[in-house]
Amino acid sequence: MSLDLKVKIGLEVHCQLTSLKSKLFCGCSSNYRGKPPNTCVCPVCLGLPGAMPVVNRKAVEMALLIALALNCKIAKTTFFARKNYFYPDLPKNFQISQYDLEGGEPLASNGYVTFTVNKTRKTVRIRRIHLEEDPGKLVHPGGIGVSPYTLVDYNRSGIALVEIVTEPDFESPVEARSFLQKLRSILEHLGVFDGSLEGAMRCDANVSVEGGGRIEIKNISSFKDVERALSYEIIRQKDLIKKGVKFGMETRHWDETKRVTVTLRTKEEEQDYRYFVEPDLCPIVIGDELIEKLKKEMPELPDARKERFIREYGLPEYNAEVLVGERALADFFEECVKIYGKPKPIANWLMGDFLQCLHSLDVSVSQCKVKPEHLADMLMLIDKGDISIKIAKKVLWEMMKTGKTASVVVEEKGWRRITDEKFLLEVIGKVFQENSKAVKDALVDGKAIHYLVGKVMEITKGMADPELTNKLIREKLAELKND
Amino acid sequence: MGEKEKHISRSQVEHLAWLARLELTEEEKELYTQQLNEILEYFNRLSEIDTSNVPPTYHVIGKVNVFREDEVQPSLKTEEALKNAPRKRNGFFEAPKIL
Repeated sequence: MSLDLKVKIGLEVHCQLTSLKSKLFCGCSSNYRGKPPNTCVCPVCLGLPGAMPVVNRKAVEMALLIALALNCKIAKTTFFARKNYFYPDLPKNFQISQYDLEGGEPLASNGYVTFTVNKTRKTVRIRRIHLEEDPGKLVHPGGIGVSPYTLVDYNRSGIALVEIVTEPDFESPVEARSFLQKLRSILEHLGVFDGSLEGAMRCDANVSVEGGGRIEIKNISSFKDVERALSYEIIRQKDLIKKGVKFGMETRHWDETKRVTVTLRTKEEEQDYRYFVEPDLCPIVIGDELIEKLKKEMPELPDARKERFIREYGLPEYNAEVLVGERALADFFEECVKIYGKPKPIANWLMGDFLQCLHSLDVSVSQCKVKPEHLADMLMLIDKGDISIKIAKKVLWEMMKTGKTASVVVEEKGWRRITDEKFLLEVIGKVFQENSKAVKDALVDGKAIHYLVGKVMEITKGMADPELTNKLIREKLAELKND
Repeated sequence: MGEKEKHISRSQVEHLAWLARLELTEEEKELYTQQLNEILEYFNRLSEIDTSNVPPTYHVIGKVNVFREDEVQPSLKTEEALKNAPRKRNGFFEAPKIL
């Protein structure tokens, strides 16, 4: 049914440098999340007359670190440009950005990223990387359709953003999603970015289906939505092509509630932005020493870490891949290995029930109440025989929800496996008394013993050690036979 | 350089006015079309000079690498920030709804 038409996808990703303390061009705090509106603002990020921006050195270094990690060619000299347009999210009526076409000089260009998708390696080219400021946030109380006005909060205005643009090298939505996952992990390993913060990574995508025009989709804010928006758009375009409808270039908006793309009002075209060199900022000359210094500071990146996980901990490639897919998860794993020592069960628990719990509770690894030492504690309870694997799954859930340690959960819920022989013998004695027919059967037919074991389990609410119970019942039956 | 003569049309002036969110009268459109063409004429003359061996001037003061360190400085108080706003609401700037 589906037309076998080639698909080309390119991404434009905006990542906030969330590890910075201050904004890109002023000293306002970059920790704006959850703050009352317009409390992290100053003359610079409000665009008040006469205010002068000054570049945050750390922001440039972080952007360069990203450029190196993405194998880019670094510019010798780079400068900022004004991108002019009128919209209330920009108090200055221009955004300080970098111009990437002829006459401009972005920070870095011509890189590549390799990632895994469906167990095969794929490389996409990075066209360029540049620095720019984040605009403010528009709020429409009651929804955009209802609100009679637009409210503006400039706390986000001036936050350092790195824009990363790929070549149109993706051939499917899942490739685009896998790339973003990899990019997130790289940025997190560089220590410049925390992907669990809302809106820290946003993305525009352009899609073209063989025989159609190039369509840009704006406003995609999560990995899942990238895949959804692209899939929707590809089906829509294939449908048009199948019907013989001609369509040209267009910008569409991803509506994450309705999960459709809708056509956007025609906005400015490239030449309408009237880019020109930002006269308030001096050019940045990037010397070889700085590059050498940054290369030396380059931390271990996901690919190297994955190899190390395979080598050092004997993990299967797939497990290593999943763990390093998110820095916080890989860190959690290594912390836990330090305490508990056995990498494989830790990896299995993390990739199985742990991630499942996080997913259902919709929390990130770093927000999660279970810490590495708590998981280690739980695994030790399994090893000691205090809890079964089945119970451990329930224990983990409780730990996730309440933040209590495994030992406390087991104690409070009475989930400790019963291995006390004296107590079990008492229970067995009672079961034998009340089920004399079953005992007679068991004396003749060995299989009938299961009924008795089941009764013991019933009384102990499943907590009796099954092996021990079995052994004790057999011994008691043997005694009866001998009598 | 033998380039074709550049010329600004009246509709381009109207487009520029829209980009700058300026409402122009018919007389102003006429006047600005003429004035912009005079400016353009001047640039056309500048273009006659061969600058292919001259590096571009990004900045007139010749300084490079002016940075600030990543340190947080006090922000304005919200009342100060909103002081000159013609319309405000609950700590926000209020703007006409943009669709």
